[in-house]
Amino acid sequence: MTMKKVFSRPASLSKTPFHYCPGCDHGVIHRLVAEAIDELEVADRTIGVAPVGCSVFAYDYFNFDFNQAPHGRAPAVATGIKRTRPESIVFTYQGDGDLAAIGTAEIIHAANRGENMTVVFVNNAIYGMTGGQMAPTSLIGMKTQTSPYGRDAATAGHPIHMSEMIATLESPVYVTRVTINNVANLMKAKKAILNAFKLQKEGKGFAFVEVVAICPTNWGKKPADAHKWLTENMLPVFPLGTFKDTHGVEKAA
Amino acid sequence: MAKVLMKGNEAIGEAAVLAGCRYYFGYPITPQSELPAYLARRLPEVDGVFVQAESEVAAINMVYGAGSAGARVMTSSSSPGISLKQEGISYIAGAEVPCLIVNVMRGGPGLGNIAPAQSDYWQATRGGGHGDYRTIVLAPNSVQEMADMTIAGFEFADRFRNPVLLLSDGVLGQMMEPVNLPEPRDYDVNSKKWALGYKGSDKTERNLCSSIFLDQDELEEHNWHLYQKYQVVTDLFSKGEFKDFAVEEHLCDDAEIILVGYGIISRILKTVVEKCRKRGIKAGMVRPKVLWPFPTGVFERLAKTASQFLVVEMSCGQMVEDVKLSVDGKKPVFFFGRTGGTVPSDFEILNEVDKLVRPD
Repeated sequence: MTMKKVFSRPASLSKTPFHYCPGCDHGVIHRLVAEAIDELEVADRTIGVAPVGCSVFAYDYFNFDFNQAPHGRAPAVATGIKRTRPESIVFTYQGDGDLAAIGTAEIIHAANRGENMTVVFVNNAIYGMTGGQMAPTSLIGMKTQTSPYGRDAATAGHPIHMSEMIATLESPVYVTRVTINNVANLMKAKKAILNAFKLQKEGKGFAFVEVVAICPTNWGKKPADAHKWLTENMLPVFPLGTFKDTHGVEKAA
Repeated sequence: MAKVLMKGNEAIGEAAVLAGCRYYFGYPITPQSELPAYLARRLPEVDGVFVQAESEVAAINMVYGAGSAGARVMTSSSSPGISLKQEGISYIAGAEVPCLIVNVMRGGPGLGNIAPAQSDYWQATRGGGHGDYRTIVLAPNSVQEMADMTIAGFEFADRFRNPVLLLSDGVLGQMMEPVNLPEPRDYDVNSKKWALGYKGSDKTERNLCSSIFLDQDELEEHNWHLYQKYQVVTDLFSKGEFKDFAVEEHLCDDAEIILVGYGIISRILKTVVEKCRKRGIKAGMVRPKVLWPFPTGVFERLAKTASQFLVVEMSCGQMVEDVKLSVDGKKPVFFFGRTGGTVPSDFEILNEVDKLVRPD
């Protein structure tokens, strides 16, 4: 009987063990990025831009060139890289504090310029690296280090919807929100990330994939319970779906 | 090439193109706006990239990205905008990415005004942003030097893998003078082996551009590495290859009073020295052309022959501290300044000299 290898580490994913907390979604999302790069056979010309936050060390987990950007500035750094080396595949990997708070201007304007790049936005409604503070995407009533009585809309506003905001702009060609709370959604997320990189490879323009994710440590929940909480509480606020698909990449697939 | 009549801001733009710079990222601010306007028109002619960023913060980070990918790249701004760029400059220095940053200084603090000033000296020479780092600071005093030092700035940046700051002011940016432009140089974006996206058969592992060293021993090692690089730069400017580039001396050999000023002030000081000489006052002038590393050696030497120093600045007194450190208490160092956007006249400065040399 011959054995066939059916599952292995993507070539673009390095052998460095993840530093992420047990149950964290970052590892899975990193893998989806690496699989997309490998499937499109662009690893030799891919340049990643790491944010500030839990995924600040994202560069350790991939086997291609990387820049580590200041907090929130990854889309501006990526703009400089992509304009210098248009043949490269350039992506940013950012969390909600990085992209939706301090880096709001940079993401909106990179999107509005239609930079030919890919953005992977991991939204887990909390600052992880700094120990669980309120994020712009934290839910109303959500208790965090800096919203100990729960997020109050009267003083802290409402959760910000980045995908919906970016989809109002004319230039972006693909804006979608996915999650990885079950296998079916994981496969959709994989497809979305692949689409976003494929569009860049074809020179089509700015693609944005928001991944609604868990933070078991700072949510104070076991990973399985966290995914349940995500399904019941986050998805009603951050509905899954594609907000923009100018080139019909989802239908074509 | 024939002489061309140009504004200082435009001379920087054309010199950047001739130096092989093909990437500019900036944000509008007076009194440097002619520079981005010039490059917005000029860069597309040479297949370059001009991006008007959404902010100074974004612009410097685009510079960080482009520089890390091997570009010869620049940004420019004026005082308040340079404050906004400090975050990025710190990262760029930490990650050792070459670039040119132009500051056409205006009056501060805060929004201040749009008139010429020299009150960003401390910010320029002490780092400006957070952390143990230095930027090489060049101080032109003519439209010709705006061009020459732009080209030299790119060379220094690449050679030392360090940000270079061209510290100019609203007068130099706005005034017109004839300029001799050099022949264009070629620059290959793929010439830096450490750059992201570098393609070459000698690339054995992936390239990383980063300023994070979470382990304290690693960060200490990195900071001492930077320090040693800064020592090499200091030596080259104080006694090595760029010794003559770093400072201009004018009639100092027999001078009893040494006037000290950089940038546009040095042009006025030259007139003051002439007038002093006509009146029998043995005056000389020292002009630091490089503000970091500061040319301390010339002051150490002249402290032995001159009897006093007068530092003149368009600020309440910033470079005067470096002159005092260099003179090291051996001779008195006096200060005269105008601030808030006012340029001192030769007459005012001459009055100060008179008070010092004829104290009754």
